[in-house]
Amino acid sequence: MNRTVLDLWVGLFVVAGIAALLFLALKVGSMNTVNASDSYEVVARFENIGGLKARAPVKSAGVVVGRVDSIQFDTQFYEAKVTMRIDKRYPFPKDTSAAILTSGLLGEQYIGLAAGGDSVMLKSGDTLKITQDAVVLENLIGQFLYGKAQEGSTQ
Amino acid sequence: MLKRALENLGNRTIQGVWRMGFATRFLLAVLMHSGTAFRRFGLTIREMYFTGVLSLIIILVSGLFVGMVLGLQGYETLQTYGSEEALGILVALSLVRELGPVVAALLFASRAGSAITAEIGLMKATEQLSAMEMMAVDPIARVVAPRFWAGVISMPLLAALFSAMGVLGGYLVGVQLIGVDEGSFWAQMQSAVDFEQDVLNGVIKSVVFGVAITAIALFEGYDAPPTAEGVSGATTRTVVTSSLAVLALDFVLTAFMFRGLN
Amino acid sequence: MQSDNLVEIAGVAFGYGARPVLKGINLTARRGQVVAIMGSSGCGKTTLLRLIGGQIKPGQGTVRVAGESVADLDQDGLYRLRRKMGMLFQFGALFTDMSVFDNVAFQLREHTDLPEDAIRDLVLMKLNAVGLRGAAHLMPAELSGGMARRVALARAIALDPMLVMYDEPFAGLDPISLGVTGNLIRRLTDTLGLTSLLVTHDVQESLKIVDYVYFVSEGVIVAEGTADAIRASELPYVHQFVHGEADGPVPFHYPARAYADDLGLGGRDA
Repeated sequence: MNRTVLDLWVGLFVVAGIAALLFLALKVGSMNTVNASDSYEVVARFENIGGLKARAPVKSAGVVVGRVDSIQFDTQFYEAKVTMRIDKRYPFPKDTSAAILTSGLLGEQYIGLAAGGDSVMLKSGDTLKITQDAVVLENLIGQFLYGKAQEGSTQ
Repeated sequence: MLKRALENLGNRTIQGVWRMGFATRFLLAVLMHSGTAFRRFGLTIREMYFTGVLSLIIILVSGLFVGMVLGLQGYETLQTYGSEEALGILVALSLVRELGPVVAALLFASRAGSAITAEIGLMKATEQLSAMEMMAVDPIARVVAPRFWAGVISMPLLAALFSAMGVLGGYLVGVQLIGVDEGSFWAQMQSAVDFEQDVLNGVIKSVVFGVAITAIALFEGYDAPPTAEGVSGATTRTVVTSSLAVLALDFVLTAFMFRGLN
Repeated sequence: MQSDNLVEIAGVAFGYGARPVLKGINLTARRGQVVAIMGSSGCGKTTLLRLIGGQIKPGQGTVRVAGESVADLDQDGLYRLRRKMGMLFQFGALFTDMSVFDNVAFQLREHTDLPEDAIRDLVLMKLNAVGLRGAAHLMPAELSGGMARRVALARAIALDPMLVMYDEPFAGLDPISLGVTGNLIRRLTDTLGLTSLLVTHDVQESLKIVDYVYFVSEGVIVAEGTADAIRASELPYVHQFVHGEADGPVPFHYPARAYADDLGLGGRDA
């Protein structure tokens, strides 16, 4: 069997197709989903996660350092248990705190990590002790109105 | 009169189920006789030229135009909410998740699917398949299976090319023509489009479409009555049936893939 | 065990659905002979060839080729037997997506591991035998009907089969191609030691080349004999067939109601 012009065309077609797939994977999408091998797992518990979703970014100082792996409801404490994967290149101290923040006024929600001062670093499977819940707009407005009403009654 | 109508309906149902059974047996036979298509991969490569390479022009041009239209329309809509930078997300997500696999599959069905049906139907009508059988060569293994695998391999590549061209078209219109900020166009796109959830699922979809279209096209050709009307009718049925199959499958797959996405 | 008879058909009946096509056929073809099966169009001649090739199985009776019962073979056995058979289809059935050369080389490439230059020599030999060595590079669409038939013949004898079947080899050919094809069948049978089985309704052309003739009508053999015996036959059906008379035992009219009734000339009730 000989090589033919036809083979060349099919070869070009396959190369172009794979190149298109790579373009979609690298340029259009983000391949930087954190792998289990080069990341460590950290758990945080929140009373209210607001609109946080799996795959939401985990940021520190505005830089993406990991992603939310899963969100479960813990029936023991009646809290949300959020598991996140953080890139191994970014070790955090043990007393790091996690907060659920919103990008922009109505944007997507993410987890913000604020490093503490402990000399011991977080290991895979550790739980973050200090957490701050998502800000729920309705509660905020409710508190504001309640405060106004109290102001009025003391006068 | 009513009795006639009922008889007719019953008859059609029985015929339909019968054909369905035959089609299933046909597909199984193709899968079981696929050895030749891989052992002599030259046969499959030859068919990839006819199904894949010859569909390239229509796929690339359509992809570019669909992307450009998405860029224009998306910009108009997003501008109302002051979020033109999200244009990249809109263009990329709609292409990678839906339009790429689906539109490429519909074009593939009418370009390559109809050609496959006509070719197999004519080979049958001119007794070429019979002749092959008499030469102790199984036409399912020698003629049908290589075409099947060529279609299954070509479809995801064509869909990826369609999506890539579409993103390029959206970029040309959005960034080069209208003037959306280039950095945020790509950056927002990358942060929103996930490889596994979006790109990979799109590829899975197009593989499923490739299987469906090629199987339908081959079966219609193989089952076509050996006359001119028979083959032309089968070609029409290939385009109609496989287009409907693509849209229906798309709904089912989308429900499976993206519903569980919180 | 080399029997003298290559093809033996005994008491074969076959029907498509409820419609019987063959109703008890007995037929033998001796090695080295050209045997013709004749009959009017649609009398089940082609069905007979398909039975011999094992593409369909008889409802009753047995078809034996080289001593093996075709209907009892499994897929592998059938394919092994078919490699020793060649078949020439009505309009050639050449593979339209391959050149003449590749058509003739098809079986050699599928069934043997011969190197490409050996295949080339063999193909050119076969094409030379049918006088079309110069047409090797043409595509089937560029051939005339007679040439396509000859290429198909070269393809049928590519693996040196013991039996070659011809389905209407003379249909739709001009007188020159007719003579060429007829001579070719006779010559190849004699030089290659084949057995040829011809299905045809072209009496004059085939009587020139055949050794033995069977006449099939309405699913049964109505007459048989050597070419000379058939020419001299006084049987009304054979006489009508050989001399091409419009009316006779095979009626001109398809069975119908009385002509007068159909035209409404009969006594109507109203």
